[in-house]
Amino acid sequence: MAEEEARLKVHNLYKIFGPEPERAFQYIEQGVRKDEIFEKTGLTIGVQNANFKVYPNEIFVVMGLSGSGKSTLVRMLNRLIEPTSGEVYVEDKDLCQMSYEDLVQLRRTKMSMVFQSFALMPHLTVEQNAAFGLEIAGHPEDKRLERAHKVLELVGLKANAKSYPQELSGGMQQRVGLARGLAGDPDIMLMDEAFSALDPLIRTEMQDELLKLQEEAPRTIVFISHDLDEAMRIGDRIAMMEGGRIVQIGTPEEILKYPADDYVAAFFRGVDPTHVFSAADIVRDNQITLVQHKGEGPRVALERLQSYDRDFAYVLDTKHRFQGVVSIESLRQIIEQNGDGPEALKQAFLPEVETVSMDTHLQEVLPVITKLGCPVPVVDEDGKYKGAISKNRFLKTLRRDESQSLEQKQQVEELENS
Amino acid sequence: MLIEYVELPVDKWIEAAVNWLIANYRFVFQTIKVPIEITLNNIEAFLQWLPPFVVILVFAGLGFWAAGRRTGIFALLGLLAIGVMGVWEEAMITLSMVLSSVIFCTIVGIPVGIIGSQSDRFYTTIRPILDAMQSTPAFVYLVPVVMLFSIGTVAGVIATIVFSIPPVIRLTNLGIRQVHPELIEAGKAFGATRWQILRKIQIPNALTTIMAGLNQNIMLALAMVVIASLIGAGGLGLLVFEGVNSLKIGLAGVGGASIVLIAMVLDRVTQALGQIKKE
Ligand SMILES: Nc1ncnc2c1ncn2[C@@H]1O[C@H](COP(=O)(O)OP(=O)(O)OP(=O)(O)O)[C@@H](O)[C@H]1O
Ligand SMILES: [Mg+2]
Repeated sequence: MAEEEARLKVHNLYKIFGPEPERAFQYIEQGVRKDEIFEKTGLTIGVQNANFKVYPNEIFVVMGLSGSGKSTLVRMLNRLIEPTSGEVYVEDKDLCQMSYEDLVQLRRTKMSMVFQSFALMPHLTVEQNAAFGLEIAGHPEDKRLERAHKVLELVGLKANAKSYPQELSGGMQQRVGLARGLAGDPDIMLMDEAFSALDPLIRTEMQDELLKLQEEAPRTIVFISHDLDEAMRIGDRIAMMEGGRIVQIGTPEEILKYPADDYVAAFFRGVDPTHVFSAADIVRDNQITLVQHKGEGPRVALERLQSYDRDFAYVLDTKHRFQGVVSIESLRQIIEQNGDGPEALKQAFLPEVETVSMDTHLQEVLPVITKLGCPVPVVDEDGKYKGAISKNRFLKTLRRDESQSLEQKQQVEELENS
Repeated sequence: MLIEYVELPVDKWIEAAVNWLIANYRFVFQTIKVPIEITLNNIEAFLQWLPPFVVILVFAGLGFWAAGRRTGIFALLGLLAIGVMGVWEEAMITLSMVLSSVIFCTIVGIPVGIIGSQSDRFYTTIRPILDAMQSTPAFVYLVPVVMLFSIGTVAGVIATIVFSIPPVIRLTNLGIRQVHPELIEAGKAFGATRWQILRKIQIPNALTTIMAGLNQNIMLALAMVVIASLIGAGGLGLLVFEGVNSLKIGLAGVGGASIVLIAMVLDRVTQALGQIKKE
């Protein structure tokens, strides 16, 4: 990704609210905190030294608490808010140096925005709202309505084209907002807490909708959110903001695993790790493995299990591919029936053992663990054995946080009691 | 006491100012008079030419269309009553004065209100003037108006315009300023110029408030049109004036009742028209 040309580049971007904003810079250099600078100068730091790149077709989420400067940041990307200093490059042109005419042209053709409050025109119908950007850009009416119908179809609102926004539910209104944002086919779409005003169920639905749209016709999206689950769900990368600064940028996994500071970590304390971690993150290769070809029969296997004081062994073929699991019990049974040799070992395999792949989310690993009596074997895409996830290991990961769904809690309780 | 010794001859100053205006700018005032006179005469001629039942049906129809059966019937009965009382001709003079005044208030007031909404400086400048226009007692207008425009119905309309234009300007300005900032932000985000924002976002969304301003404008105009009879304007006001002067209580009563009826009909109908845009 790094070699790819960035669609949007932000360099040393500052926004300081108040008269004579330059006064704040000396304090910023000294590392004085935002609230102290306000006390000293009456100036509010909106955004402080933001630096990042957004690559084509990624969803770049900006996250942070209320007042951390997210809205200010995103509004500087299309200069709805004039930056105090710094550069914003769209296709190697600095927005901040652009003439007003060029800026207007850029907003009409390259960038669009979706708002938390929807900001639909109450005097226009749904189709006219969807076509609003095209109207502003001066496209003829038939062309723009044709395009509006196309995007309304994309968001599933074709039937409501003639309604007025006030007649629609919140979720539907924001679909119109989304349609309006898509109508001009912009390279970059800015979304400021676009789904925050919606209730949780609709919000998830809209997130899925957005992901679906991204799959069909990807574009570059800067998405503002204060909802971590949302950020995790839709973000390819996340920038964490605190007090006007970007404190960390990374993929959801990176940020979750290596939070840059306590602020970021605190943010993630509430996250359900099963949504973020996959089997690869917690798999351990510390189980006993048996390779089939050496003529190792049930007796040898039993011997090894007993000497290591383990209950299960994982049987692999010569290419290290997973074959099955045997237990002390199953081995004893086979030996009693006088079985020997590799074939007999096969007969000792526990029935219905499932494997999970490396990229399986823990969410989906949980039911397998509950079902199996043994640690769940993990395989890569070639079927090669990578290790196993034990019940204990899984629970330890889960316990990092308390926010699980009720259903999961019950499952976990069952797991602990079994 | 100081107050007894210091005496400012303000009355003399005003007199001097008005005299100076008349001496030097009479042609300006005569020019202003021309379009108003033409408009007034045409409207009046038209209304007098129309058979009364057509006027009644038009208003009843408008009321019915904009607000439903009740307003329609009310307009029908109200105007019918005016005709039955035998003051139709006077009522049409009054109506044409109100309409002329409203036309000029709209033509001048809405653009001024729009400019005011775009420039704080401009609006803070005109605000005290608007305050003065609205709070000066109506009679006080009449003297300078007579001196500048002489007497008659046209002068009456001019006094009416001056008196009733402030709400148009105020509410146009207010309506535009009240448009949600998010809508304007959305407009900017999609590349709208300031002019486009005004035309495609602010004015359409301010329409209800602007209509409320026009409604107030009509009501104030009706009130003033009656007072204007003092400077020779005709119509229902003159009827009341004559009635009171010659102690003909009946005549004054008929004139007064007709004015109230016209006011109510115009109020209901224009209010309903303002609401239509909203839905
Ligand atoms: N026009 C303004 N004038 C002065 N200060 C402002 C202005 N706009 C924002 N701020 C300040 O800048 C800081 C960042 O505000 P911003 O709206 O960007 O935060 P946010 O992260 O979007 O918060 P939220 O989640 O509440 O929307 C805040 O301290 C805010 O008070
Ligand atoms: Mg915000």
